[in-house]
Amino acid sequence: MLQNILQEIGIQNYIILSTIMFCIGVFGVLYRRNAIVVLMSIEIMLNAVNLLLVAFSTYHQDAAGQVFVFFTMTVAAAEVAIGLALLVAIYRNIKSIDIDQLRNLKG
Amino acid sequence: MLTTIFYILSTITLGSALMTILSRNPIHSAIWLVVCFFSIAGHYAMFNAQFLAMVHLIVYSGAIMILMLFTVMMMNFNKERQIQKKKIIVFAGVVSLCLVGYVLLAALLKAQPTIQEYYVSGEDYQSIKVLGKVLMEDYVIPFEMAAILLLVSMIGAVLLSKKDKKENKITS
Repeated sequence: MLQNILQEIGIQNYIILSTIMFCIGVFGVLYRRNAIVVLMSIEIMLNAVNLLLVAFSTYHQDAAGQVFVFFTMTVAAAEVAIGLALLVAIYRNIKSIDIDQLRNLKG
Repeated sequence: MLTTIFYILSTITLGSALMTILSRNPIHSAIWLVVCFFSIAGHYAMFNAQFLAMVHLIVYSGAIMILMLFTVMMMNFNKERQIQKKKIIVFAGVVSLCLVGYVLLAALLKAQPTIQEYYVSGEDYQSIKVLGKVLMEDYVIPFEMAAILLLVSMIGAVLLSKKDKKENKITS
């Protein structure tokens, strides 16, 4: 029953779902000022791409797409670890993680 | 049946992703994000990718979200200081969201599928056995690179979050 999922639902629906989810992530990066929520939005974007990779892996019936999802997960884990460490360092220095207050580079 | 499950799961995914962005409290955002990750694991399970669904649950809901929640807990910011952005920036965000969505959807939906008649070959392509073979034979060099990446990021995180002995503060 689960083998013919793409016959029943169709790849188009998954493409639309991933696109909308990616756009929500983009909106979160632009809209929020809290740096942790910005990191979460980046996670949402990564997950949208992962979902599309798995959908196409099923579409082509090829395992390589799922292996790529593993690598994306590795990169996401590394990114979150480094990002949160940077945030902690920033918070220690300026006592805030509002990204609008990080303007030391502004001339 | 499957279509109904798909629509329910998609509604949960999109709704919780929106709530992640729109809720004021970062802890609520984190919890909505966990809901979003669970529904994506449901999508993977619907694709019959069992191993991927389990790894997704363990890595995202287990590791990444705990890390984020601990960070939120460590820096107790008060909610009053969080002023919302200016109206014009919100407007610009909404406009760019619509534009990105429009461009992506237009580009992706106009594409012609290479497979005209989709059929199920019945071949096993996503069990752990096959995945392990592909990972260890075709993609063994990226696999080792991923190991190095994790090691470097671990060292980097420790170095970055270590306290300086002589702290020179950035005054802002």
